[in-house]
Amino acid sequence: MTNSWTDIKNADLVWIMGGNAAEAHPCGFKWVTEAKAERGAKLMVVDPRFNRSAALADHYAPIRSGSDIAFLSGIVNYLVSNNKIHKEYVRHYTNAAFIVKDEFGFNDGLFTGYDESKRSYDRSSWEYKFGPDGFAIRDMTLEDPRCVFQLMKKHFAQYTPELVERVCGTPKDKFLKVAEWVASTANGERSMTIMYALGWTQHSHGAQNIRTAAMIQLLCGNIGIPGGGVNALRGHSNVQGITDVGTLTAAIPGYLALPTEQEPTLESHLAKRTFKPLTPNQTSYWQNYRKFFVSFLKTQFGANATPENEFGYNYLPKLDGIYDCIKMFDLMHQGKTTGLLCQGFNPLMAIPNSNKSREALSKLKFLVSMDPIETDTARFWENHGEFNNIDPAKVQTEVFMLPVTSFAEEEGSVTNSSRLIQWKWKAADPYFESRTDTEILSDLFVRMRKMYEKDGGKGKEALLAVDWSYKDPLHPSVEELQAELNGRALVDLKDADGKVVRAAGQRLASFGEMRDDGSTDGCMWIYTGFYGPTGNLAQRRDNADPSGLGVFPNWGFSWPANRRIQYNRASADPDGKPWSEAKKYMYWNGERWTGPDVPDYVPTIPPERAVGPFIMNAEGVSRLWVRGLMADGPFPVHMEPFESPVGNIVFPKLKGNPVARIFKNDLAALGTSKDFPIVGTTYRLTEHFHYWTKSVQVNAVMQPEFFVEMSEQLAKEKGIKHGQMVRIRSNRGEVKGKAVVTKRLKPFTIDGKTVHQVGLPLNFGFIGETKKASPINGLTSAIGDANSQTPEFKAFLVNIEPIAGPVA
Amino acid sequence: MFTPVPNPTTNPVPPKFGEQDLIRRSASTVTPPAKRLTEVAKLIDVSKCIGCKACQVACLQWNNLTEEVGVNVGVYDNPHDLTENTWTLMRYTEYENAESGNLEWLIRKDGCMHCADPGCLKACPAPGAIVQYSNGIVDFVHDKCIGCGYCIKGCPFNIPRLSKADSKVYKCTLCVDRLAVGQGPACQKACPTQAIVFGTKDEMKQWADHRIKDLKSRGFANAGLYDPPGVGGTHVMYVLQHADRPEIYAGLPNNPTISPIVEVWKGVTKYVGLAAIGAFAVIGFLHHTIAGPNRVTEEDEKNAERLTEGRS
Amino acid sequence: MSSSEIDAGDSVHPGKPVIVDRYTVGARINHWVTAVSLVLLALSGLALYSPSLYFLTALFGGGQLTRIIHPWIGVVLFFSFMGLFFRFFRLNLWKKNDSVWLGRLREVLAGDEEKLPEVGKYNAGQKVVFWSMSILILILIVTGVISWDEYFARYFSIEQRRMAVLVHSGAAIVAICVWIVHVYAGIWVRGTIGAMTRGQVTGGWAWRHHRKWLKDLVTTKR
Repeated sequence: MTNSWTDIKNADLVWIMGGNAAEAHPCGFKWVTEAKAERGAKLMVVDPRFNRSAALADHYAPIRSGSDIAFLSGIVNYLVSNNKIHKEYVRHYTNAAFIVKDEFGFNDGLFTGYDESKRSYDRSSWEYKFGPDGFAIRDMTLEDPRCVFQLMKKHFAQYTPELVERVCGTPKDKFLKVAEWVASTANGERSMTIMYALGWTQHSHGAQNIRTAAMIQLLCGNIGIPGGGVNALRGHSNVQGITDVGTLTAAIPGYLALPTEQEPTLESHLAKRTFKPLTPNQTSYWQNYRKFFVSFLKTQFGANATPENEFGYNYLPKLDGIYDCIKMFDLMHQGKTTGLLCQGFNPLMAIPNSNKSREALSKLKFLVSMDPIETDTARFWENHGEFNNIDPAKVQTEVFMLPVTSFAEEEGSVTNSSRLIQWKWKAADPYFESRTDTEILSDLFVRMRKMYEKDGGKGKEALLAVDWSYKDPLHPSVEELQAELNGRALVDLKDADGKVVRAAGQRLASFGEMRDDGSTDGCMWIYTGFYGPTGNLAQRRDNADPSGLGVFPNWGFSWPANRRIQYNRASADPDGKPWSEAKKYMYWNGERWTGPDVPDYVPTIPPERAVGPFIMNAEGVSRLWVRGLMADGPFPVHMEPFESPVGNIVFPKLKGNPVARIFKNDLAALGTSKDFPIVGTTYRLTEHFHYWTKSVQVNAVMQPEFFVEMSEQLAKEKGIKHGQMVRIRSNRGEVKGKAVVTKRLKPFTIDGKTVHQVGLPLNFGFIGETKKASPINGLTSAIGDANSQTPEFKAFLVNIEPIAGPVA
Repeated sequence: MFTPVPNPTTNPVPPKFGEQDLIRRSASTVTPPAKRLTEVAKLIDVSKCIGCKACQVACLQWNNLTEEVGVNVGVYDNPHDLTENTWTLMRYTEYENAESGNLEWLIRKDGCMHCADPGCLKACPAPGAIVQYSNGIVDFVHDKCIGCGYCIKGCPFNIPRLSKADSKVYKCTLCVDRLAVGQGPACQKACPTQAIVFGTKDEMKQWADHRIKDLKSRGFANAGLYDPPGVGGTHVMYVLQHADRPEIYAGLPNNPTISPIVEVWKGVTKYVGLAAIGAFAVIGFLHHTIAGPNRVTEEDEKNAERLTEGRS
Repeated sequence: MSSSEIDAGDSVHPGKPVIVDRYTVGARINHWVTAVSLVLLALSGLALYSPSLYFLTALFGGGQLTRIIHPWIGVVLFFSFMGLFFRFFRLNLWKKNDSVWLGRLREVLAGDEEKLPEVGKYNAGQKVVFWSMSILILILIVTGVISWDEYFARYFSIEQRRMAVLVHSGAAIVAICVWIVHVYAGIWVRGTIGAMTRGQVTGGWAWRHHRKWLKDLVTTKR
């Protein structure tokens, strides 16, 4: 989230799309109800289903799954063609004025540089035009035909309300109401927050969905202000935390990059990431990348990280490709994987194409499941009839189940969607022989290291170089681990005058104290300060809110630097004055930047110096046009899902995301709209937490059985009765469940053709207290987003038929 | 935001109310307490409810109840009805508003309304099995309950449920045990959106006004408070978008009263019946006193002998 | 024989005094089972009917047990009464003379039976009791089942169950009143109780109260 949960109460308009906050984030949704009840805010929901969020909405507009870019582009077009934008914000705080290279172009849905054989773009033309001084050229009048603003106007012109209706099935009047409401916030007086979740990410063009939303917010001037922002609602209580600490396969903690094979030396790695400013006077904060990276290496390798050995850079693995879990399972399926360790992970349920996953798991030599509950994955080898049809005799995989404590049985921190790190204390003793994740992994590490010491093996040097100097190597303490995340001064740190600012051994107060010479460590720069010299700030529980703006500065610790709203310099105009009294937040008081939050800016830089508010970007401004930073284009383009009931109405030649990663057998497993005319989409139910709570009796009571939601019209067409058992098939598999026939789903008219959509909740499986069900991902495809590799769970094709038998 | 009931101290505290605060006791009379407690109420704001069922879970957990895992029958309502274990239940209605042309998904939390004039208590034959405290709570006292199910017939909202396990009747207690130590009800505590708030009845009415104003500003001209006078008002109240048509909320009764059948049964019948029995007994007694016994005479026996002579 | 006022088992034993068999052992057992059931039902029913009589639950081991036992006794009563019904209904069919008899209620109450028509095995009063009980018990069993929540709640609507308890209690009151009449008549008319204890009455009793029955018995005696 750019903003925070509590900040949502400052919104005048709440837009939920690509998510269902009431369903999946009921506790956070309270701030929406708060904005409505106490501020008179309006709530609008755009979703294929009239969902629980829509139940409280002032306006609901239906949309066909997978057509979000067309809808959002329609909004962009409405804003720019009607000149309903926050002009000063756009001029000064976005790259609207930047001139784009002449070579850049767009034709028939494709940008310049496309190579069909490689399914990728050569992005070299996607760049600004630079002047002789090395800085990007700008036209502050926004009139130049090659400036981002003019290109944008042209690019989006075709996304008219009529086109949106044809592509998305959203009635024109309902779309226009959304557009008008959005436009009502493009003035600095009112703000809109956008709340989204996996409904936007889980598409082959998911990243582009979100960046289109970001464009809308930038055009309205809704980034960096209270009640604004593009807010990703994370799906687990601590999923923000786990991505922060670097469980992304191509990242190390704090969103620093894992080196690739093309970066053999530390310098070659750093050179690609310490971005120089693209316009005069800019901060370009990533110039500090070196400090963060070296501090990380110092934590990782301790005394074994020296300037002489590039701080142990060579011990890090170098990526030769992408190794996300879809790739892992593809390799497993090819028989190339020996063992799999699932730590709190139930991939048989969670990843697409479960039939393929089941086969892949059968090819392993061993599988380890570290989990507080028995997962379906850990019991993939067990025959559960039609729900998990497998012959155990044919599975040779050895399965180990290691019982792990649950969240309430150990202390530690949880980082929520707001980037807010909050401490939790141990509430209960663990059951039986279960141990914490830390204990299990430490035990494993220590044993493996002993084996390597004795017998040697591939990667021995790196393994032995790892710093494991905990007091008790088998039980690293919470304090030790926190200190590692936070970072310490390894020697006395002195300022320019030779004065000691941080004594050796002390913990750092902020990442600003990190050094690139190996005199500090710190595993995760973004968390630095949460366990600083004054103690564990995540434990703070002061619910005072002096500004009344939901900042709660002394409650927990919000990374980075305890900042609650990102880019908050943008809440003031270029002169440092608030855009309006209503949205007053951070401002220049003549001496420094002040306000209820921690400024996202160097606090003493005066407005006259015209340093842009987006200090993480080399431009100093935000990007409406993202240069070569996204694999599938600097502007969004309407792309259909890989399985779509209709062709691409906007760009007939474009079939799916042209640069999405596709494995051969996944391509072969795609179905056609002839056999599978119905759009399927998956989602979560508020009664359950992913695949965990099907093992919890009380949750099973609340939603006991898998079902499929469909419109009354579809049910009638197929002869399906309310509550009847139905079969749902895709080209990859089939599942069966009860029919929930509802008015909340309505057929779409897409370009004159009736298109039905069904909803499939994903929380059910064959292990647990709920009625047995096949994994819903038996239906879904593994084709993923071009940037994030996230699978296209939210739009695929199915067919459906009633199963004879008693109706419940 | 309505200021929630603060967390109580963890030290033991004496209960805030008890036996001495009863204003009604089933099948018995009580001396009204000298000082009435402030009336409390739970306000359920349907317009803020997202149907997450946290209240249902909180109710089960606080009251240490276990409900059976059921099946899906084509709706979100689970379980499908109140039971002896499910004392509160979300009921979902898909309502097509003909005026606005919009679909509305009305989600109402069903459960005991804690009527000021409780039909269950009126119907109950077991002394002290149902009690009403002066703060408005209507509670069942299970060691006095005889399981006759009369309360079920007395309730205008169809709430109490007879347990198959112990043949006693169960319903929401308004968390009488939590209230007694200064906490709010468990469902209110669990509600993420303040669709359930708890306080004094007056506070709740004021808060409802605030909410109704907001709803009216959003075009719900008939938004209003559901505090039905037919049962003397309730201590669980609803804010409804369409207060003129409560029945669209999964059959919430419009102007509920204790059924006249129950009123007759528990009112006049009781006295007339006993009087009739008494009257018959008295008439018999008087008749016997006045007319004396009807004895067989010697003459009668002779007549019989004469009749049977020679017949043996 | 169809118009005969005699049941199988009725017979006359001449002597001093004449003894008449009125009820067989089976009929007497049947009657007393019914009678005991009815009394227990009345007591348990009244306990649940009025708070002032709730103390009666103590007779049954408390409220819960009273509630449990009452309907089961009701079932016993119903079947037991069915037995009586089929034993007795033929001779309880209404005859012309019954109306005449009933029309002279003043004489009945005064015990001035010489002014009444000769009565068969049952007089009109007994017949009224018989038919009242038959109808009331039918009503009671039907409404009792409807309001027997433990087993039958799900088959009936709340409104039906409410009506059922109202009707049940009304019918029960009437039944108790009829029962009072029945018991009182047995006490008032001396010599009656023996009919249901020993199964016999004296010839004089039969002569006085059921002369036609006695005469039929004598004339049909072979």
